[in-house]
Amino acid sequence: MTRSIIIKNNQTIPLREIPVLGYDEFLEYNTSLLREHYNHCVNYFGFPQRNEMQLICCIANDSEHEIFVSSSVIDANTTQYSFTKHHLSFHIFERELAEISGINYCDHPWLKPVRFPADRKNKNSQIINYPFYNSHSEELHEVGVGPIHAGVIEPGHFRFICNGEQILHLEIQLGFQHRGIERLFQEKKKLLQRTTLAENIAGDTVAGHSTAFANLWESLSGFKADDDLQFSRTLALELERIAVHTGNLSAICTDIGYQLGSAVFGRLRTPIINFFQNWCGNRLAKGLIRAGKNNFPFTYNLREQLTQLINQFKPDFKEMYNEFKNLPSAMARLEKTGIVTQEQARSIGAVGMSAKMSGISRDIRTSHPHDFYKNINHEPILKKHGDVYSRTQIRKEEILQSIKYIRGMMENIPEENKNRNRLKSPSPESFCISLVEGWRGEICHCAVTDEQGELLYYKVKDPSMHNWLALALAVRNNEISDFPVCNKSFDLSYCGHDL
Amino acid sequence: MISFSLIIISSLFFSGIIIRTKCIFSGRKGPGIFQPIKDIRKLLRKGSVYSDTSSFIFKIAPTLYFSTLLTATLFIPFGDEPGLISFKGDFVFFAYLLALGKFFMIISSLDTGSSFEGMGASREALYSMLVEPAFFILMGSFALLTGHLSFYEIFSHLHFGSYISYAVGALAAFVFVIIAMIENSRMPIDDPKTHLELTMIHEVMILDNSGFDLGLILYGSSLKFAMYGAIISNFFLTRGKEWFFSVLIFAGIQLLLAVIIGAIESFMARFRMNHNPQFIFSLTSISLLIFLGVLLILGKIV
Repeated sequence: MTRSIIIKNNQTIPLREIPVLGYDEFLEYNTSLLREHYNHCVNYFGFPQRNEMQLICCIANDSEHEIFVSSSVIDANTTQYSFTKHHLSFHIFERELAEISGINYCDHPWLKPVRFPADRKNKNSQIINYPFYNSHSEELHEVGVGPIHAGVIEPGHFRFICNGEQILHLEIQLGFQHRGIERLFQEKKKLLQRTTLAENIAGDTVAGHSTAFANLWESLSGFKADDDLQFSRTLALELERIAVHTGNLSAICTDIGYQLGSAVFGRLRTPIINFFQNWCGNRLAKGLIRAGKNNFPFTYNLREQLTQLINQFKPDFKEMYNEFKNLPSAMARLEKTGIVTQEQARSIGAVGMSAKMSGISRDIRTSHPHDFYKNINHEPILKKHGDVYSRTQIRKEEILQSIKYIRGMMENIPEENKNRNRLKSPSPESFCISLVEGWRGEICHCAVTDEQGELLYYKVKDPSMHNWLALALAVRNNEISDFPVCNKSFDLSYCGHDL
Repeated sequence: MISFSLIIISSLFFSGIIIRTKCIFSGRKGPGIFQPIKDIRKLLRKGSVYSDTSSFIFKIAPTLYFSTLLTATLFIPFGDEPGLISFKGDFVFFAYLLALGKFFMIISSLDTGSSFEGMGASREALYSMLVEPAFFILMGSFALLTGHLSFYEIFSHLHFGSYISYAVGALAAFVFVIIAMIENSRMPIDDPKTHLELTMIHEVMILDNSGFDLGLILYGSSLKFAMYGAIISNFFLTRGKEWFFSVLIFAGIQLLLAVIIGAIESFMARFRMNHNPQFIFSLTSISLLIFLGVLLILGKIV
């Protein structure tokens, strides 16, 4: 008997085809898959199904481009053994399940609340009475930062236990934004409303999340995206990567007090996002990606603009980066700061840059290619030290790589399909998973539909979900004054986590 | 009197020039030279807000800090002119007057009970402590060289003759520039522009200060800069020439100092916090070199 169904990225399957296992077998099967390094868990969630809880676990095999989907049906009010006991990377999924559905795990190492959502099971669990780790020591001191951020970006609370200037432990508590994105997906019935929701999951990953949603919706509706749709999505993803990475380099320079880098990288980011404005009328690419259509086809005129822009961007960027790289005072701040070892990154299931920095090849563009990435033979950029400098280098090299891809893609712009098929309504009782490599890492959207083809459950997973723990590990034994630059080098999303 | 008024005048320009330099180096136009002073004037006309947990220490500290600075300014001579106050051993008084002001700032920041401010206070205390030996070895060497014990007498009897004495003068000016940077919490020790409390030193100590108190503290840093600029220019003032030559040299050196600080802050990253003590302590070893140079000049060692 097969214990899972093997699917590809963006494939829709009838819900009943997912094998339903007993919980013990479900646990044993999925945790045993993770013993292989090329497998990792992309999503694990549960939704109510006839007074019970159906759990669906998706494990991706990165070398064979396959996703193993298995499920189990349990009673939510029972006590279960946890996956996390066997592999730590399940911790965030099980914490979420416990918080929302009230499943009690008897051997989970740390059932810390994830985000205090409005529909949580235990309403008494509140941030105000959350017991943070504390030291009760005369020598150690605690520093609490936030939830109001010094730069007023987004809310998050960081609790440090320090020995003088040295950080011994950092506990991160998020969940100050209660937007209820996943529930809104079910409540809002119009496609446009849902697309807008997807665009607003994280303001810095608009192209990433809206591509994930559009691909998923098209797959559910049995729509095959034309080349021109795939082209503009891929182009938007790569442009977003260049823009955000450049902005990040600027922010890293700001945090180490390097004014020149901060000013120049900041200046370089602006024309890229302004190009989005020219293309679709929004600097963050909102409105550009729509399921089943493209309101803003990529024209030859736009190609002219973008080519010129990149020709100006690249030499300036390289010159500034070399200046920065050859500055001893800057390198002294970046090298050997905030190290995450490969073993740690693997155990917590880090994705995106946080995986690549310590030599883990985990990139959806290679492992589960979607859109135009099937035509681009993408090689992930890997570094092995896992420090702030590795993350800086990955940014720089990914920017140059993206420029190469964009130039290659623009040589051959697909014709706009004038008589496109209309989007049908989603197929009933189906399951679909969509994986996209955003600039921050792997984005995963999953949807389950009911008998009428309405959304029964929608699950969003931003890469930040995994990677916040990497930050907490990275700053251990570092100086507390290096925390800002470590934080910036991961550049994780608060709202992507809080949803 | 001339020295006091010149310091006050240059303090009005100092922060503005630094900011302008940084702006020009990063390709921006930047605010006017007087913007920092305008901001301070605005703050001075505002009331202060005090937290319930702070005591009277928090209220008196900014005023005390500012008055120690103002008093310290009175000690600075100007070429042949002594400062308004001058007596034997006044440089020791000067150093501890500044330390007194700093002490009150440190306990006032501890008074707020904030965990950030405690960290800032501990950093500030450590760095000031490390600067102290450099200052005293330096001034002690000059006292030994000239055989006098007050700022005015030391500077007015300082004659550069041999090569070694030029070297000593240049090194001394360098040490004072760095001391000025550390005392004012500038780069590469501290980043005054940052918004990140965890990496701040001086800025984090004054997070809770507002209105009039904040205005005093901010003007205090401008004043402190101008004061150190005045000490440095005293090494270069020509004696016995027309007074306006001296004024020109004074203004030139203040301007140069501000531009140098602006340039360092534009083209360098801040040091990692644990490199700072080492860097600051290296000043003491340079001061020891000066001491050695003085001994050579005096022929005390062969």
